[in-house]
Amino acid sequence: MRAWRRWLGGALCAGVLVMLGIARLGLPGSPGLTREALERLGDSGVTNPVTAALLNFRGYDTLLEVIVLLLAVVGVWSLPGAPASRSAVATHPALPPLLRWVLPVLILAAGHLLWLGSFAPGGAFQGGALLGGAVVLLLLAGAGGAALRRALAVGPVVGPTVFLAVAAGVMARTGGLLQYPPAQAGAWILVIEAAALVSVGFTLGALFLGAHPRQDAPDEHG
Amino acid sequence: MADPALLSQVAYDLGGMGLFCLGLFGVVTAPHLLRKILALNVMGSGVFMVLMALAHRSAAPVPDPIPQAMVLTGIVVSVGATALALALALRLRAATGRTSLDEGEDGQP
Repeated sequence: MRAWRRWLGGALCAGVLVMLGIARLGLPGSPGLTREALERLGDSGVTNPVTAALLNFRGYDTLLEVIVLLLAVVGVWSLPGAPASRSAVATHPALPPLLRWVLPVLILAAGHLLWLGSFAPGGAFQGGALLGGAVVLLLLAGAGGAALRRALAVGPVVGPTVFLAVAAGVMARTGGLLQYPPAQAGAWILVIEAAALVSVGFTLGALFLGAHPRQDAPDEHG
Repeated sequence: MADPALLSQVAYDLGGMGLFCLGLFGVVTAPHLLRKILALNVMGSGVFMVLMALAHRSAAPVPDPIPQAMVLTGIVVSVGATALALALALRLRAATGRTSLDEGEDGQP
């Protein structure tokens, strides 16, 4: 590492920090969109303003985000010569019996977080992260069976599919993208969140696995 | 500076911007791709921290939910982007044996 590059980089970053600070000082104190969001909270179908923003007011952001996740998985799967199967990694003998206790708790907690999201901090992504952790633990414990691999291959598509189907169905009725009828908004949001939870969980698991789940199935390598 | 709300606002702003610039330094100077990817994540964490602080920069009783929703979206996207970047880095090493984008350096410290 040449020293001048380090100094140049340091100077650049110090300059950026000063500019950011000046920009921040010029920013007026503002409540942003708090008032607007809270005013329409009653129409959103949920009482947690963050979930309302995620899945109702700015639902298209979340729709695109779920598709970005799918693109990341497809990108990883399409790279040739992906890392070898994780079944070769030695499993600690304590992990499988521990998982028998931890796995149901993780799945229950993920569902609980999903349900919480409509009125308190929580939601599909927090629950999906827990489900993803459960899938990673399963893979680390050497549970690379056919059922899990099929779920890892199909799971990432569930969220975008359900999200797009709901968006299309709602658009046919109200004419706006993700413009739910206020009376049914809560139910649609829960449907989308449940699908997104499954999708996020299995997407994280698939990203951890690396290669396409069908590519390095254990029965192909003996 | 006795107001604790203002103090925590300044701490979050400076902390977030400091993380962003530390990450930028890593991206610019670290030759190893793994370090670059980690540094990008540090930059992202700084952005999230500033966004969370900006959500509560007025005296409103509840923070603005829109930046919070954007941070939640951003965290998930950054995880996906990190995984794709790691897969690309592994692919680069498998194809060329190198772990850095520079022709001359191999990225090993």
